Amino acid sequence: MNTNKLSDRASSAEQHILSRIDSRIASFFSSCVHCGMCAEACHFYKETGDPKYTPIYKLEPMRKIWKHHHTFWGKLFGTLGWSTLPDEQMLEDWQELVYDSCTLCSRCSLVCPVGNDIAYMVRQQREGFSAAGFAPEGLKGASERSIELGSPMGVTATTLLATIKHQEKECGIPIPVDQQGSDYLVLLSSLEIVGFPEYIGAIARIFKQADISWTISTKGFEATNSGIQIGNSEIAREIVERVVNAAESLGVKAVISPECGHAYTSIRWDAPNLLGRELPFKVIHILELLHELQSQGKLKTVGTFDTPLTYHDPCSIARKGGVIKEPRDLLNQVSSDFREMTPTGEMNWCCGGGGGVSAIDEAEELRFKAFHRKSEQVNKLGVKVLVTACANCRNTIEEGLENYEMDVEVVGLTELIAGQLESAG
Amino acid sequence: MIEFIEGPLWTFSLVVFCVGVIWRLFSIVRAGIKTDRAPVKNSGAASGFKSIFSHSIPRRETMKASPLVIIAGYMFHIGLLILLFWAAPHIRFFEEELLGFGWTPAPYWLFMLAAALALTGSIMLIIRRLVDPVLQKISTADDYTGALITFMVMLTGCLALQESWAGLRAFHMLWVEILMVYFPFSRLMHAFTFAFSRAYSGAMFGRRGVGA
Ligand code: SF4
Ligand code: SF4
Repeated sequence: MNTNKLSDRASSAEQHILSRIDSRIASFFSSCVHCGMCAEACHFYKETGDPKYTPIYKLEPMRKIWKHHHTFWGKLFGTLGWSTLPDEQMLEDWQELVYDSCTLCSRCSLVCPVGNDIAYMVRQQREGFSAAGFAPEGLKGASERSIELGSPMGVTATTLLATIKHQEKECGIPIPVDQQGSDYLVLLSSLEIVGFPEYIGAIARIFKQADISWTISTKGFEATNSGIQIGNSEIAREIVERVVNAAESLGVKAVISPECGHAYTSIRWDAPNLLGRELPFKVIHILELLHELQSQGKLKTVGTFDTPLTYHDPCSIARKGGVIKEPRDLLNQVSSDFREMTPTGEMNWCCGGGGGVSAIDEAEELRFKAFHRKSEQVNKLGVKVLVTACANCRNTIEEGLENYEMDVEVVGLTELIAGQLESAG
Repeated sequence: MIEFIEGPLWTFSLVVFCVGVIWRLFSIVRAGIKTDRAPVKNSGAASGFKSIFSHSIPRRETMKASPLVIIAGYMFHIGLLILLFWAAPHIRFFEEELLGFGWTPAPYWLFMLAAALALTGSIMLIIRRLVDPVLQKISTADDYTGALITFMVMLTGCLALQESWAGLRAFHMLWVEILMVYFPFSRLMHAFTFAFSRAYSGAMFGRRGVGA
């Protein structure tokens, strides 16, 4: 227990968190009956059995701030000088709970009987933690690089152009760059540019077959958003603004979010709110577009991929984005043996790398522990191929599989489809 | 003493309860909410409203993950609702003291069943709170106080039903008054705010095309 005298850092956290307590959060704390059901929904709790990973417990600092400012008892105790506002020690202790052990996957949010959106609360609580400097170095670095260099991994336009050239050579199709008046602007995640550049070649082939006018912008190509992960709306806004500006100046009709979960959250759901205005273009996830092409008969594939495979739903796309049916319809077109994990769709288990966790070095061990869930799900199906639609999930899963010495190949859905295209021969 | 409990203390409790609950709900609404500018997949209002009710039924995965607390929770809440709104003396009380009209009470056997469900359910929940490591970690004094007062209200209510002694009825009423005064300052508020939290989340998920 401390008195009302908080250090500068602690009161900065307090002020930022307080400013984030809206009607939603006030109702969530009022409603929480401390039933603990959210724990059963969280892969970090399930795999460690440590009660400190109970989702609502990760919000103790915010609950204390809410109590102090929004409740009778809190105000009374505050006046008497018995405030229990979080001090620096508490913030330091909670940093691991707020960042390393929460992928903002929202699974707990769907399970809570009173409907508390715990992931939303963690996301808002991070605003205070990052403002006061209680954030992991990995995320701080990624945010800085995003602002200074334009990408969390330090990928520049030069690297992008080199990758594009290489992909043009691979697939033999010219890839349009900065083309004014295109219908679609394709965004990428730097992880794709660096680690999975085949994605670029894949869309080039699919779009050529479907006769789609598209382009990549050298001014706004990076779709990921470290600001959202670290919990800094200012940074998040600046990052998303680049993409929006690029799209506006190219005059595109729609922006395509890449195979990346939180990029979709960033550009599809958060961008208009971060910028405080509606966007003059549509935002669509690559899977939604492919699904559209499928229903228009413009996605012509031959034969099927016969090796048994499963699909991992990226949380931000499925549970937080409602893109659940699309990947299944697509998979059923190109695969003859698609097997569902249980649970799946909106109740899928997170890979353990979302919400910025994959960028936190010190969280690696915990992340591998949490991945045990996924590895068991995959083991049960006995498949040797796992398809997903998020570069970050893909990377996390590849590392996790390696850690558990599992011989399973991870493939992006767009690439899988491109491989079955009629024109792919 | 009985007159005091049934007279001024009742009025006082009723006022604290009503003013307190309204103040709490008002303070939630006052905290404000920013309009979501992202184009929606489904109507937020419709999904939010639906969620207030649909969220009472757990998903299969949740049922599998936490069967005990869900069963005990159902037992307790359903039992309590029947006792509160369909016990004959309560309906008489609502008719004579509060509303001016009544409705058909539950038959005696249903009352007994409801009492058994509510009491067993709440004992199960309290025991769980005491022994489960997760609950030990997150429970506060308020959780125990609220559970204990509610339990006493139900227990004294069952005793009072015998109507053998007016003192028992007053004793029940006293616990009801304690509950009503404590209510707005506690987590018992979830009896009202659950509709808000479910609606807010339901709307958010609904706009994104996910059923909450
Ligand atoms: S499941 Fe909901 S009500 Fe239960 S402890 Fe978690 S946040 Fe609170
Ligand atoms: S959002 Fe996901 S990772 Fe975070 S607490 Fe909830 S279930 Fe756990």
